[in-house]
Amino acid sequence: MSLILNPNIDDFDDFYKELIDSQRHMNDADAAQMNCKLVLLLANHVGDRAVIREALERAGGAV
Amino acid sequence: MFKTYTYPKFPYVQSPEQMAGDVKRHKLVIIGAGPIGLTAALDAAAHDLSCVVLDDNDTVSVGSRAVCYAKRSLEVLDRLNIGERMVEKGIGWKLGKVFFKDRLSYQFDLLPEDDNKMPAMINLQQYYLEEYMVEEISRHPQIDLRWKHKVMAIEQKADHAVLTVETPDGSFKMEADWVLACDGANSSVRTMVGAQFTGQFFHDRFLIADVIMKAEYPTERWFWFDPPFHPNQSVLLHRQPDDVWRIDFQLGWDADANEEKKPERIIPRVKAMLGDEREFELEWASVYQFACRRIDNFRYGRVLFAGDAAHQVSPFGARGANTGVQDTDNLLWKLKLVIGGDAPVGLIDSYNEERAFAADDNLLNSTRATDFITPKSASSRLYRDAVLQLAEDKDAEFARKLVNSGRLSKPTPYIHSSLNTPDEDLFAGAMAPGTNCADAPVKVSGQEAWFLNQIGGGFTLLSFGPAPAASVSFGRIAARVLEVGRDIEDLKGVLAERYDAKPGTVYLLRPDQHVSARWRTFDEAKITRALARALAA
Repeated sequence: MSLILNPNIDDFDDFYKELIDSQRHMNDADAAQMNCKLVLLLANHVGDRAVIREALERAGGAV
Repeated sequence: MFKTYTYPKFPYVQSPEQMAGDVKRHKLVIIGAGPIGLTAALDAAAHDLSCVVLDDNDTVSVGSRAVCYAKRSLEVLDRLNIGERMVEKGIGWKLGKVFFKDRLSYQFDLLPEDDNKMPAMINLQQYYLEEYMVEEISRHPQIDLRWKHKVMAIEQKADHAVLTVETPDGSFKMEADWVLACDGANSSVRTMVGAQFTGQFFHDRFLIADVIMKAEYPTERWFWFDPPFHPNQSVLLHRQPDDVWRIDFQLGWDADANEEKKPERIIPRVKAMLGDEREFELEWASVYQFACRRIDNFRYGRVLFAGDAAHQVSPFGARGANTGVQDTDNLLWKLKLVIGGDAPVGLIDSYNEERAFAADDNLLNSTRATDFITPKSASSRLYRDAVLQLAEDKDAEFARKLVNSGRLSKPTPYIHSSLNTPDEDLFAGAMAPGTNCADAPVKVSGQEAWFLNQIGGGFTLLSFGPAPAASVSFGRIAARVLEVGRDIEDLKGVLAERYDAKPGTVYLLRPDQHVSARWRTFDEAKITRALARALAA
């Protein structure tokens, strides 16, 4: 399996609003902290190291 | 300070060779009478190899220093006759708790496997271990332990080294076929031979405080990330014998080591942690900074390196002394065979091959723990804190797996070693070639005993069922048969289970209790080839 880059979420506008709204009440520090938790939760859900590595690379990280 | 322990002072004695002005050739000279040098000396004696140990001091370790001894080290030290004494005096523990801020983040159980003679981990002050070793050494005339002998220079020759040694009576020269440097992280021998010692420095300082207190804390390892009593830093609490408690405070890079060592700086820190009302006394304190690095080669001509002189790791995970003990466990049988002319010098090079591999594994583990405990950037700190916050969620088991307050030391199997004979038969379980042997309860002559006490020292052929020979030899080296059902009884069936044994299964075991090769049937020609391979012949 490789990283899914085709549209894969049902309602994009709704998803994006949910993501932004989830941090609306937070200051930058709390939002940054939450983002880290989110990355860890989703990475564990994906599980596949090759897929995670591809995402790290796509996001501009050094792998 | 030092209310609980009286330091022995060992007498300096001028050696006959210095007195006479003779340059004497020794088979093995060990430099440094710390835990690794002393282990090496005892292992040399166990192999009936005479040695001289030189130490520039005249007492044991000042301060508790290395306090955690893991199962494999205890097994090695049991082969050298001090393991039982250590376990008797030491504090056994198996539960670890990790706190984040003011809350318990999670706890872990070392879950020691049943049916092992030695426990998973004990805590014991380094000075006790060294004291026991010095006592044990006095029973071995092959060991010539010399205090107040400082090595000033080493000159390498083709088949030996010449040491210049300074004593209170001046300096003299001695020759050694082999030199084993166990002179610690700041090894001067390393500098003398021009070895490289490279790796990663961590820009952080830690304060170790040993305090004496009658505390009703359970015997557990407690680790705090960012606790209210020591904000933004980590703290570790560990129990030692004699009501001594080890507390490690992370101080940060800007801390002034000399200031922080002063009791007036330490006592308020400890008070903040314990609460003001608890009575305690400060026993010993030290400020340290660490690095994760290793020597480029464990052998420089006739000079070999072991312990911290060869590799330095962070203290998280108890990898310092534990891996050093495994270094000498690996080396001494090889030295004995090479010195005795029973194996080529190439066998010594397998020491670098196997122990450098293990050192790299330890360095990797140690560096990972250090990166978690002392994050290097604001972003890595956010991830660290995210892991700790998620770990409190009882459903988020995965996050607890990510918490790294030091992965506890386990021996690294030499899976790629050139001394191994790869499996040609199918085996399940952990006992692959290059792995240290698992223990199991057995019976010997009707008495309950432990398997590991029946092997080691020489090569063994562990045969599950009747073997067609009493031993198999290569050159002058024989592997003696140890037959299950005849020589030992598999008390609970654990031995057969751990070695995935079927009738006819045979294991070739090395003198350091590692698996060299294994087969489903006893084939003398194959065993001979495997034995030759294990001797690098």
